[in-house]
Amino acid sequence: MSVAPQASVAAQAGAEVLLRALKEQGVEVIFGYPGGAVLPIYDAIFKQNAIRHILVRQEGGAVHAAEGYARSTGKVGVVLVTSGPGATNTVTGLVDALMDSIPIVCLTGQVPTHLIGNDAFQEADTTGITRPATKHNYLVKKSEDLARVVHEAFYVARSGRPGPVVIDLPKDILINPAPYVGVPETPHRSYKPQTDPDPALIEQAVALLKRAKKPIIYSGGGVINAGPAASAALVDFVRATGFPVTNTLMGLGAYPSPDPLFLGMLGMHGTYQANLAMHDCDVMLNIGARFDDRVTGRLNAFSPNSTKIHIDIDRSSINKSVHVDLGIVADAGKAIAALSAAWKKDKTKVDSKVLAAWWSRIEEWRAKDCLRFKQDMSKGAVIKPQYAIQRLFEITQELKREIFITTEVGQHQMWAAQYFHFRQPNRWMTSGGLGTMGYGLPAGLGVQVAHPDALVIDIAGEASILMNIQEMSTLAQYRLPVKTFILNNQYMGMVRQWQELLHGGRYSESYTAALPDFVKLAESFHAEGLRAESVDQLDDVIRRMVTSEKPVIADICVDQKENCFPMIPSGAAHNEMILGPEHESQSVGVTDAGMALV
Amino acid sequence: MSNTLERMATISVLVDNEAGVLARVTGLFAGRGYNIDSLTVATVDVDRLQSRINIVTSGTDMVIQQIKAQLDRLVPVHRVSDLTHEGPHIAREMAMIKVVASGEPRVEALRIAEAFRARVIDATTNSFVFELTGNTDKLDAFLDLMRPLGLAEVSRTGVAAIARGARTI
Repeated sequence: MSVAPQASVAAQAGAEVLLRALKEQGVEVIFGYPGGAVLPIYDAIFKQNAIRHILVRQEGGAVHAAEGYARSTGKVGVVLVTSGPGATNTVTGLVDALMDSIPIVCLTGQVPTHLIGNDAFQEADTTGITRPATKHNYLVKKSEDLARVVHEAFYVARSGRPGPVVIDLPKDILINPAPYVGVPETPHRSYKPQTDPDPALIEQAVALLKRAKKPIIYSGGGVINAGPAASAALVDFVRATGFPVTNTLMGLGAYPSPDPLFLGMLGMHGTYQANLAMHDCDVMLNIGARFDDRVTGRLNAFSPNSTKIHIDIDRSSINKSVHVDLGIVADAGKAIAALSAAWKKDKTKVDSKVLAAWWSRIEEWRAKDCLRFKQDMSKGAVIKPQYAIQRLFEITQELKREIFITTEVGQHQMWAAQYFHFRQPNRWMTSGGLGTMGYGLPAGLGVQVAHPDALVIDIAGEASILMNIQEMSTLAQYRLPVKTFILNNQYMGMVRQWQELLHGGRYSESYTAALPDFVKLAESFHAEGLRAESVDQLDDVIRRMVTSEKPVIADICVDQKENCFPMIPSGAAHNEMILGPEHESQSVGVTDAGMALV
Repeated sequence: MSNTLERMATISVLVDNEAGVLARVTGLFAGRGYNIDSLTVATVDVDRLQSRINIVTSGTDMVIQQIKAQLDRLVPVHRVSDLTHEGPHIAREMAMIKVVASGEPRVEALRIAEAFRARVIDATTNSFVFELTGNTDKLDAFLDLMRPLGLAEVSRTGVAAIARGARTI
């Protein structure tokens, strides 16, 4: 890092140097919004064709678009915004990317260096504000640092546990000549994430797994982040073991959903079989997940009798909330490859009888059919939201197209996770950690930019979609045919559900009066608007939506009172989950302590 | 979880001496609800632009391990060392202590200062400023004794710490 490769002789303006560094980093698309402080960059963008700029309608949308782009391609997503409000509008998206480990480089304009600290027009302390919102951030105060910082930012964003990085760029730095330096050949002076697993620990892990009587493999977003090869390796490893496997919300797609070894998603709205298997297992192998509270439920009742193995690229994720017996710091892909090799080398035989007994218990749980629901098929009947997603899945599978799903946040998101199935990684974009309503439409925009020929569907709720509805305009401008599939129940459904189950049915502020007419709204944004009001209209609307060449909003009017089950109430344990009305009532009382949780 | 016993830990962090690095470290402690009992920071390597931050904190072993891991993943952090855990270490802080008194209490303050090997670095007819170096307990003990004798003001550096023997951070 200290030895700069040949500095360019003819110094260019900072903005030109910035673009040159972006090109060297392989950047093809920037999602952004101009303003005073970044005008020099926009001038440089105007003079070139190598990097495409997508003009969003609000800076928050730019970050989510970059997240969708990054998550669906494995590349770093790039954002460009101006100083002050441009920068502050990115904060939600940055925290979203931080929580879900999405690689983003966000370029923010800043007032000229001599004005910093003077409360200048559109000045904000961007590095101060975004410090806890990013993996790392930079304020470039010297022209000679510019190119180096850009290269470093990309390295930090994509390596180790990926995350968002902000580069704050004062206007004079963009205007003044700056030397160019290429990508450094020496390693970073301090940031050296560990990616190779300790072979001795891998052997210990395999020894534990081989002797397990009731094993389970639980994988998360880390496997997705490790690249498609890691997911393929996971499939091979799971099949070699014959062990049951479950995925977190962020990990969906790492293991193909229709596979018999797959128990579905786990956690608060996970399947009965996945959660009970987690609760009763004796050896748990966690690969690239972080024991999120939505997964563990009540901590002191979480999988109480298991030996826990945790593989994570972030050392601080190990033993953060759940004490584990064997922690392995490594890239998920490298760890799975090492596990596979060690599994073959270790000649201990798995006790197939004991494993079969474990499987027969799991099959009993699976036989509960916890996602069962009843759809009245008579003409004019109300659409169940689960049925809408199920039909969306079935109809899209007939199409032989690449399908990418994004979501907003709430009930529809959980139903999407439960009833839409994924066979490949990087096809499922959702806001997991932060739970950002308004994520799905701009994320879908970013996905469609990266995959122009794919079918991109934002499974949305009518409340979430209004949080970034302005990006419909962006879809129109760039002819991005993203489909928005709204499960419209006129409530903030998950809020309503919690109010019903935890707050005595007092539906405080969770009903949205005066919703827009989504069909007309779509039309005003140059998109196609469709509506299904009863079950007999559903298939036709879905077929018209997926075959349209334009962006579409499909307003699916669904049962307003439907709740999302199964559910582990906050403060409860995995074996205390509530099943839906289709199953006999076995609800546990929600404790006051649980009510205080989120 | 397995251990609910809280312990003190003196953690030394070697960082790049860049803008905002201290805010990153203190922001991490504030944001995640960790305690800071003492904090010192100064440049220790001018050529390589590195500073050392010494933090005295407390928590269960799981929390201390977590603090170490969280510090270690900050980009400008080179090295994190839990001196309390990793072997014998020496910790010192310095204080300047102003005692305003006359007559017998003034004489008593000076006598105690001699016993503690505190140096008088400023004196007037009705005040002293003592300089005292030692571990935190020694400084606390001295301050307890000065309190009834006219203790008026204290300025403490916070703890600097280093491992004993040839071991380095």
